[in-house]
Amino acid sequence: MSIHTSTVAELSTALARGDHSSRELTEAFLQRIQGQGVALNALVTVTAEQALAAADAADRARADGEAGPLTGVPMVHKDIFCTRGVRTSCGSRMLDNFISPYNAHVVDRLSAAGMVCLGKANMDEFAMGSSNETSFYGPVKNPWDTDAVPGGSSGGSAAAVAGGLAPAATGTDTGGSIRQPAALCGITGLKPTYGRVSRYGMIAFASSLDQAGPMARTAEDCALLLEAMAGFDMRDSTCVEREVPRYSQHLATDLNGLTIGLPKEYFGEGLDPTVASAIDAAVTEYRKLGAEFREISLANTHLAVPAYYVIAPAECSSNLSRFDGVRFGHRCDAPKDLEDLYKRSRGEGFGDEVQRRIMVGTYALSAGYYDAYYLKAQQVRRLIRDDFLSAFEDVDLILGPTSPTAAFNIGERSDDPVSMYLSDIYTIAVNLAGLPGISVPAGFAGGRPVGLQLIGNYFDEARLLGAAHAYQQVTDWHTRVPEAFA
Amino acid sequence: MMEWETVIGLEIHAQLATRSKIFSGASTAYGADPNTQACAVDLGLPGVLPVLNGEAVNMAVRFGLATGCSIAPHSVFARKNYFYPDLPKGYQISQYELPVVHDGEVTIELDDGETMRVGLTRAHLEEDAGKSLHEGFEGVTGIDLNRAGTPLLEIVSEPDLRSARQAVAYMKKIHSLVRYLEICDGNMQEGSFRCDANVSIRPKGQAEFGTRAEIKNLNSFRFVEKAINHEIERQIDLVESGGTVVQETRLYDSVKGETRSMRTKEEANDYRYFPDPDLLPLEITSEEVERIRATLPELPDAKKQRFMADYGLSAYDAGVLTASRDQADYFEAVVEAAGGEAKLAANWVMGDLSGALNRDGREVGDSPVTPAMLGGMLKRISDNTISGKIAKDVFEAMWNDEGDADAVIEAKGLKQVTDTGAIEAMIDEVIAANPGQVEQYRAGKDKLLGFFVGQVMKASKGKANPAQVNELLKKKLSG
Repeated sequence: MSIHTSTVAELSTALARGDHSSRELTEAFLQRIQGQGVALNALVTVTAEQALAAADAADRARADGEAGPLTGVPMVHKDIFCTRGVRTSCGSRMLDNFISPYNAHVVDRLSAAGMVCLGKANMDEFAMGSSNETSFYGPVKNPWDTDAVPGGSSGGSAAAVAGGLAPAATGTDTGGSIRQPAALCGITGLKPTYGRVSRYGMIAFASSLDQAGPMARTAEDCALLLEAMAGFDMRDSTCVEREVPRYSQHLATDLNGLTIGLPKEYFGEGLDPTVASAIDAAVTEYRKLGAEFREISLANTHLAVPAYYVIAPAECSSNLSRFDGVRFGHRCDAPKDLEDLYKRSRGEGFGDEVQRRIMVGTYALSAGYYDAYYLKAQQVRRLIRDDFLSAFEDVDLILGPTSPTAAFNIGERSDDPVSMYLSDIYTIAVNLAGLPGISVPAGFAGGRPVGLQLIGNYFDEARLLGAAHAYQQVTDWHTRVPEAFA
Repeated sequence: MMEWETVIGLEIHAQLATRSKIFSGASTAYGADPNTQACAVDLGLPGVLPVLNGEAVNMAVRFGLATGCSIAPHSVFARKNYFYPDLPKGYQISQYELPVVHDGEVTIELDDGETMRVGLTRAHLEEDAGKSLHEGFEGVTGIDLNRAGTPLLEIVSEPDLRSARQAVAYMKKIHSLVRYLEICDGNMQEGSFRCDANVSIRPKGQAEFGTRAEIKNLNSFRFVEKAINHEIERQIDLVESGGTVVQETRLYDSVKGETRSMRTKEEANDYRYFPDPDLLPLEITSEEVERIRATLPELPDAKKQRFMADYGLSAYDAGVLTASRDQADYFEAVVEAAGGEAKLAANWVMGDLSGALNRDGREVGDSPVTPAMLGGMLKRISDNTISGKIAKDVFEAMWNDEGDADAVIEAKGLKQVTDTGAIEAMIDEVIAANPGQVEQYRAGKDKLLGFFVGQVMKASKGKANPAQVNELLKKKLSG
């Protein structure tokens, strides 16, 4: 078994059998990160020392008979999660000097489960982007083709897993930021139901849409991680108090009789034909597994991107107000007065895309425009949610492409925000509705991975994971590794 | 000359007396070293989230129930966005379109004894900001975030007030209420209770309102009165000399006694309010409202009515005594200790006690003369052990920690003389020493009786029972 291409489940077994210690695994991945991995620019901070200490602690816990399934398994956190004593940059110059004094809930949970954090993953600045090109630390490369973007905003997380730098990573998904990079890098990524995972300590982009989730090679690995990440946290008022199923124990799913909806709006104009045929092939696999398909309509799909690009910027314009150069983060040199302090600290600290969204959001919330933009977008949001709810009266899951194309080239869309925004056309509506969605590898287009998206009803992560797992039992797309990083 | 009518509405900020902040677990205690009571949430660190303090909600509901307001079953926290160094998140969490409490009223009493109703538009929950510190810093501004996140109830009145005195009476009423309800300590010096006044004028008889100016941050009853009166004068002068009032925010300068412009409407912030996505809508069931209603104390208006009915007090006395809950409680404890004598107790509480408290700058709660001590003294007045006049000396002695009334009377030998023989002996001496006055009295100059009473009381060192002295003197003089 090759360590860097193994799944979390495989490494867990290896640790349990004593084939490897956590220290060995950790050293192996650190070596990858500091070797081939450097070219990917997937990590912005490597915490080797802390990782080795955590690995030794995990090995001791195992020796004491206190190991769980994730004990000693290495992983990386998206740099949006606050990590105590470690720089938490959110991909921004604004927080390049920010050492968090506390841990995010997700960080504490995975640490309590015994996972070893190798470092912090690169990301689009403040999670605003679909290509990882907006990072202050430079673009991340797609392991399948280093000319291509890895997707975003959790591009560092996706590239780290696909490139064999870590078996798993955390991500966050506001409009597709887990699922789209998972698709573009050929890995599995789950965006849970809004409220399933605490947002405490996860730097906010758009609070009503942000949700943390796992990214890994397989649905099984995502199940293992979600079990540890999910659960009630009283520090997040939007976190739902609801039992967390043992997802990894309920993966074996009989798909006979399962009804899957195919939204006709997800197969129309703009969908790359090669991607479309990969999705068709996946439908065929699911039919063979016993699933039944039904065409459905999500009639307001075309309104999702415009509504999202009002709501998300509106919330971000307010969420990012705290970065003012006063208490932490970037402060301009020698401000001559308060206004100068604000303008230059924020002007220098934030990149173009972040500034663009702050301006759009500020405008949308302004007196005289609020009703026409923000309120209207919220109404659209309800319509989109209602579309899904009525669809789920007839179907158990919804299936479609994760992204309309495979990975595009670095620089290809960076001057055209709208074409960039459209790469999330199939993922955004899921965030607006607050539903869970998963992207699984389903083939290739031009040598670059294609992702299949499954969307479930609220808190139906178990069914989503089961369906994804069933597909991964009969396909091998998720086992493919990019040659340069094999 | 045009006659003007003033229109005033107040926005009162009452700091709620919760132990921890409205959205974090940090302490709200006043006076700690700067930034020692500001946790990660108060500092607005990246990634932190607010969690609503249920106690602040209970307090808002208490206020709403005490003022006949509706309690919203569904209200929403909104973000008020603006940049300021003492506002860590760049927005204040407040309530905007849907406040927790709305549409009520209070009755205020004016100087002439008339009452008037003042409508309450709404009361909403919000967090306070921190403080900018300018003193003791060279070339920079200090920021203290201890106050950031302290819960406030903003109480907005209808524009029902027509004079500065009415505004003060209204503010005092709310001040009394929040202290009765134990939801605010009412400490105006520490800023726990402060208000903004919206002031406009219009020609008497005109229905539309004039353009208003908002005077910010008035933190004493005296400043409210002075600032509003100054503002009324300013507006009338302005309009009568051909100018127009502009909508603006003004600051009251208590040193100069005037208001000055802070910012005009054009310069005003666009706060870009929107519902805070980090907080769920606040849902309050009618069961919760009833549970809170059951815990409400007797409120000032009801207490006043009861004092009038049960103790036979005048409306004025009952009003004064019930203005604060502590004073009302003190009064009732005195009556109980005295075994009645409510009128006497009222006079003492409103008179000598209140005077002594004011003189020494104390609150009724920490009076050195306890209700039991005062009640004990009143008993000695009513059983004729001491006269009302001697009682004043006894009270002072008790105030100075010389023991309770009986101990003071004993130690100082202040017991009233009621022995007829002893009093008659003193009268005889006075009559013998003043033959001229006796003659004049007997010739019909009745007014001299007071002179004789005074002489006898003097001879007794004030201890003779005045009623007995009167009676016996009349008898002897006419004899």
